[in-house]
Amino acid sequence: MQMQDPIVLRARGIGKVYPGTTALTDADFDVYRGAVNVLVGENGAGKSTLMKILAGAERPSTGTLDLDGTPVSFSSVRQAAEHGISIIFQELNLCPNLSIAENLFIGHPLGLHGLKIDHAEQVRRAGAVLRRLGQSLDPKMLVGDLRIGQQQIVEIAKALVENARILIMDEPTSALSATEVDILFRIVAELKESGVAIIYISHRLEELVRIGDYITVLRDGRIQARAPKADISVPWIIHQMVGPLESALTPTIHHGQSVVLQAEGIALIGPQGSRVVNDVSFTLRAGEVVGFYGLLGAGRSELFECIMGVHPTAKGKITVAGKNLAGLALPDRIRQGVALVPEDRQREGLVQSMSVGANLSLASLWRLTRFSRVSKVLEKASVQRMIRSLWIKVSTPEVEVTALSGGNQQKVVIGKALLTLPKLLLLDEPSRGIDVGAKAEVFRSIRRLADEGLAIAFATSDLKEVLALSDRVLVMTEGRIAGEFTRETMTEEALVAASTPRSHAREAA
Amino acid sequence: MKIAQLRGLSLGGGTSLSLPMLLISMRTFIALIVVVLFFSITTPNFLTPSTLIILAKHVAINAFMAIGMTFVILTGGIDLSVGSIVGLAGMVAGGLIDVGIPINALGVTIYPNVVETVAMTLAAGMVIGGLNGVLVTKLNVAPFIATLGTLYIARGAALLISNGQTFANLVGTPAYGNTGFPFLGSGTIFGVPFSILALVVMTAVAGYIATQTSFGRQVYAVGGNENAARLSGVRIARIKIAVYVISGLCAAFAGLVVSSELVASNPASGESFELNAIAATVLGGTSLMGGRGTIGGTVVGAFVIGVLSDGLVMMGVNAFWQMVIKGVVIITAVVLDQVQRKMQRQMALQAQLASA
Repeated sequence: MQMQDPIVLRARGIGKVYPGTTALTDADFDVYRGAVNVLVGENGAGKSTLMKILAGAERPSTGTLDLDGTPVSFSSVRQAAEHGISIIFQELNLCPNLSIAENLFIGHPLGLHGLKIDHAEQVRRAGAVLRRLGQSLDPKMLVGDLRIGQQQIVEIAKALVENARILIMDEPTSALSATEVDILFRIVAELKESGVAIIYISHRLEELVRIGDYITVLRDGRIQARAPKADISVPWIIHQMVGPLESALTPTIHHGQSVVLQAEGIALIGPQGSRVVNDVSFTLRAGEVVGFYGLLGAGRSELFECIMGVHPTAKGKITVAGKNLAGLALPDRIRQGVALVPEDRQREGLVQSMSVGANLSLASLWRLTRFSRVSKVLEKASVQRMIRSLWIKVSTPEVEVTALSGGNQQKVVIGKALLTLPKLLLLDEPSRGIDVGAKAEVFRSIRRLADEGLAIAFATSDLKEVLALSDRVLVMTEGRIAGEFTRETMTEEALVAASTPRSHAREAA
Repeated sequence: MKIAQLRGLSLGGGTSLSLPMLLISMRTFIALIVVVLFFSITTPNFLTPSTLIILAKHVAINAFMAIGMTFVILTGGIDLSVGSIVGLAGMVAGGLIDVGIPINALGVTIYPNVVETVAMTLAAGMVIGGLNGVLVTKLNVAPFIATLGTLYIARGAALLISNGQTFANLVGTPAYGNTGFPFLGSGTIFGVPFSILALVVMTAVAGYIATQTSFGRQVYAVGGNENAARLSGVRIARIKIAVYVISGLCAAFAGLVVSSELVASNPASGESFELNAIAATVLGGTSLMGGRGTIGGTVVGAFVIGVLSDGLVMMGVNAFWQMVIKGVVIITAVVLDQVQRKMQRQMALQAQLASA
């Protein structure tokens, strides 16, 4: 028998451009059969983009896919599934009101071409697949009655029913307990044995080293490094993900400056009834840059939103420059000197239909208006000043904001916040989705603004960023402040350890 | 360059795209020129001053409503109640002139003068608009449903005022000091009909509000990206209530002019006018998604519809065909709008790929 090619899927030169950003550039990626192929990288490194392209959810702007030696291109997830590529998204795609068996066969019901569904056969086959996965679940159970870990197994079963040869798993353990993680890993090992290729994406580095066979590190939309597991370690991955620290950004520490923000006992109940922000207290001084580090969902964005006044139900006392903000709505807080650069530039930062100039002045129209007319002279002067001081690359301020690159769009959002003349600047993931060069420029601006006397808080899940930019780091986990670090005590390892949720810290110990 | 070829987007340089882009972005104006030319050639008497004045007076009624509608649609909303407000406004004005305000306790009736009548009628329109705004913002009712509700309420109120009867002969009584109402519809200033002058003034004022004021800027921001606007300190509810009040005001003004022209007010007046107003707005390039559009575009759009309607009548085209033709024109406008968006997106991506 002929020797089989160990690589089942080859991606070559994959690139993906979104309006305003380049998510992925010239990425080569090999998927080995019967192995766990790990994709790792920081937020915005391009993992999910690459994964969506492989699964047919997005079309690449450039490059080719080669499956078993044949070029393929997918226009939908459905089409990729027909080629044996299945994906399990972080948010599970199951119908809670249907049974396990019905969910497994929802795409291709068994029976007379959809005229009459053969329920008995579906239940029998579903039972067989679940047994193969070592599960004794009744296929007639409603999916809504299953625990989240069991639902994940149903998703895997669904992929197997569709004869998946390549299974993409996006952060599959993020919602699982330690026991459920063990079950999942056993299933992954069995799937590997049977020749299924697994593409595994996760933030949890210990996990990747535990089950991965080939590790691929993405950074800033490019493939940074590739290696078989045997050759590498966790520190190697961190180094590849983060890259060398930039010395140019070494912070200057300010002492004895006045307190700008005093936050006491800030709390917010989320839509699911959980405490998204849980009794957070801290102070911020003029000229200080404080990093809020934490994993996704740690409550950083929500904390900033509470300070900004986005959530009227938030509890706690917030004082900015000596003034209590209680009862003040968001527009009044802007006038008191609070400014927020939101995490999602497209959804919350920019008005896409408006020009660069109109976006820049939007939050400070109250300063630029004379007799309810926007003063052209004042507006133009402010806009020009901001374009110059932030080095926004634009021919004229009349250009529509969507025509700018991601980095310049981000500068517009920052510039909009600065034009309100804030005392306190809150930046939520300020470097998200922008190119490396633009990142450095944005950081230099942040540093300069602090030197000019602003108090700056920024949230990030990027280690390199938080280490390079902060005078002080507060680590958030599950809505609480889990640790505070100074220049002397902040190290990669310490921050990662502090940011690990307690339920998982037990498992790692 | 290599990338553009891979995607099959290489259309031979950037300049070949810009001429069609220019034509598409000026499509409403071009359409107006085309319909005017068409009727000038095919229909004798079309290009005479008297025809054009009658045409402009017809257009003015729709344009008043469409200008108010533009503010609402710019925020991403819709106002279906404007036709009913036209009817209600006529009935309020007609009632005040013909019946007055009877005060039973004192056994007297107050007859407001024409200026007071106009003010009260406009206020009635603003109240309905304010109701729309509160429903949309404070009670979170979808604009389509909220204004569909007030469409019925305002029409019902119009019928209730006179129990379904028409108020005729709205000339007022010299003894009561309430004469002069017909001026709105048939008066002239320096030989120009009042309603045409009103259209010019309203276009200028609305254009100023939309482009020069802080309020106008915030209207565009709310429609362009409500989340971003909120985080930039725009008081969303205040802006939205204001645009519905403006729309109610404009519709009430249209109602005054309609009943003044007829010197009578009928509770059924203005039925389905809201559709003309929406059509003019959309035809004028305002996006139903909000955030994009101009007052000038809307007025041109109202003229396209007006020229088309009157021209087809003068040509003797069957009334049923007129409706079909109007529908085709409106759909074509929206399709072209989508084509323009798509071309702009593609050009932006192409430029980005080329620079990468």
